[in-house]
Amino acid sequence: MRRRRALWFWVFVGPFAAGLALFTYVPLLWSVGLSFFDAHNTVTPTHFAGLGNYRAMLEDDAFTGSLRTFAVFTAFIVPVTYLLSLSLALMVNRVRRARAFFRSVFFLPAACSYVVAALVWKMSIFNGVRFGLANTVLGWFGGDPVAWLSTTDPPWYWLVIVTVRLWLQAGFYMVLFLAGLQRIDPVLYEAAAVDGARPGWTVLRHITLPQLRATSVAVVLLLVINAFQAFDEFYNLLSDARGYPPYARPPLVYLYYTALGQGQNLGLGSAGAVILALIIAVVTVGQARWLRLGRTDADG
Amino acid sequence: MTMSRRALLAAGAGVGAGLLTACGSNTGRGGGGSGTALSQWYHQYGEMGTQQAVQRYAAAYHKARVTVQWRPGNYDQQTAAALLTGSGPDVFEVNGPTLDQIQGGQVVDLTDLVAGVKDDFNPAVLTPKTYDGRVWGIPQTIDMQMLYYRKSLLKDAGVAPPTTLDALVDAARKLSTSKVKGLFLGNDGGAGVLGGTPLYAAGLQLVTLDGKVGFDDPAAARTLGKLHQLYAGNSLLLGAPADWSDPSAFLQGLTAMQWTGLWALPQIEKELGDDFGVLPFPKDGDQGRPSVPVGAYGAAVSARSRHQDAAKAFVKWLWVERTDYQEDFALSYGFHIPARLSLARKAAKLKSGAAADAVRFTTDHGCAQPLLWTPAAQVAYQDALSRIIRSGASPESELRAVVRKVAAELERVKKKP
Repeated sequence: MRRRRALWFWVFVGPFAAGLALFTYVPLLWSVGLSFFDAHNTVTPTHFAGLGNYRAMLEDDAFTGSLRTFAVFTAFIVPVTYLLSLSLALMVNRVRRARAFFRSVFFLPAACSYVVAALVWKMSIFNGVRFGLANTVLGWFGGDPVAWLSTTDPPWYWLVIVTVRLWLQAGFYMVLFLAGLQRIDPVLYEAAAVDGARPGWTVLRHITLPQLRATSVAVVLLLVINAFQAFDEFYNLLSDARGYPPYARPPLVYLYYTALGQGQNLGLGSAGAVILALIIAVVTVGQARWLRLGRTDADG
Repeated sequence: MTMSRRALLAAGAGVGAGLLTACGSNTGRGGGGSGTALSQWYHQYGEMGTQQAVQRYAAAYHKARVTVQWRPGNYDQQTAAALLTGSGPDVFEVNGPTLDQIQGGQVVDLTDLVAGVKDDFNPAVLTPKTYDGRVWGIPQTIDMQMLYYRKSLLKDAGVAPPTTLDALVDAARKLSTSKVKGLFLGNDGGAGVLGGTPLYAAGLQLVTLDGKVGFDDPAAARTLGKLHQLYAGNSLLLGAPADWSDPSAFLQGLTAMQWTGLWALPQIEKELGDDFGVLPFPKDGDQGRPSVPVGAYGAAVSARSRHQDAAKAFVKWLWVERTDYQEDFALSYGFHIPARLSLARKAAKLKSGAAADAVRFTTDHGCAQPLLWTPAAQVAYQDALSRIIRSGASPESELRAVVRKVAAELERVKKKP
């Protein structure tokens, strides 16, 4: 009987396990192996390069610059989105009438694709000519047109990138917070009121936020992962046929061009991929520890 | 009438095979063709009719069955990856081939295909496809870029067509008003599209003929600094809805001058009549010279092809012998210059007006990206150019770093056999 069970287990799981091994783990290990070789235009190299590719990648301004850009982007977008979506959730949760309407209004942008939103932002709201929407509004107040996506000093392009991302994702996280808020037992608020706590900052700090801890951990993790994976808006807002400007080139895209673009330097690209994977792993583990992920209040 | 289960299965298999054949029948070939099957890849051209034209050429070839694949998306990356496997094309269009592809043995030597007609190919585009005295790609058509200017706007502002970079900076400033900007070099201020053109205009090169860095010279910093002057002087159009490759900004009157490609010429001619002129990128300094960037997709044969001889024979037939197809490909759909000098000279559409100027600029001032200019060198230079133009970074220090990087790249590629 047990033998038969094992057989069926492998019948169902085997093909998926084989696919996973063949298309994920073998290429992954192969890539780690390649990172120690000089592998121009080949995936079966012979010339061992030691840590040469890692050294070259860490000395490459284009790669380290893109890592810095995305670190700054993540450090900014995560807290801003967190605060905005939490604020929206608190507001919508307090609305007495038409709550479903407001919930839908804020959530609807999440259904829009990043590509479409980025193109709307680029072509009609934030284009740099005088008839763009933002420049028209500026014109009403006597301002000169601003080349939003072409100016690096001041870096107005961040305004475009950040606003499109906030518009697209704040509503989604708002819904998560709303679900969290609705799970808080009203008795806690009643008890606080009996103890003299006035509604407002005190209640928010001592009851609402602690009760939302699990939701907050999930939201922050999702936000960090999404920020590191940001690509669509950067591609549609800032890239052209020649590639990306140096200040807005996603690290994964740079590695793609290095390994599979005309450079075809698969050893160097693999070394970069390993470095990036290590950075993400360290950040994730560090963040999980900081947020005490997986621990209950009882664990202290 | 009844039908046995076996007969039903056979009939089903027959119908299925027929459907599969029908699905895969858009091979770009008609009748004829021997048993050898060749796969030919093209990048997706924007001009209507080009795909049908190349399918027609393939169908007219009778010594092999040629299947045309029209590939949208990141074509250069697709072909580069496909060359690592045996499932790639036999014959393919290539924006190169790159030196790494040649040194890596990924493409086949095509020198014997151009024997006797080598001098008829425009040297500006054949040279970057030649390495170690051998030809690795057959140029198909030439694309070039130049400066378009609106005659009436320049006349109203009392500005002469600029022939020096200083005059261009001055003209752009004078032509800028609250509604029209003087010059459009792309939404990034020219960092992406100009590339090495300003260096050539300063009398320098990206890589010298003997394989050294060609811009380790104070003139390079001086010239690139003037591009920042254009950017900082508020005379450039920035943030236009369509970028430099599209003439919309020029046609809509958003700019008095625009840097764009030869491909835009028919549209500009149609909309503006003779109210426009064309210029090369103006020279800078005493040693400078006007310059226009030229480039050409070429036909190459994959070294992993199982039918290399048949593939070479097809490339010779199409891109060396069939000059009628070459002219048709260059001028009947989009607007390009045939890679063969004799065809460019006799093509009726290129004999007068701005088109004739473009052909002359290409022959007299054409500069192509050298083969030794590797993708890593390109990234380092482009990033520096972007920082100089848009962020006002010091041209001297930026170029010093690029010279070091490019020198290291040149050392690397020269070490290889």
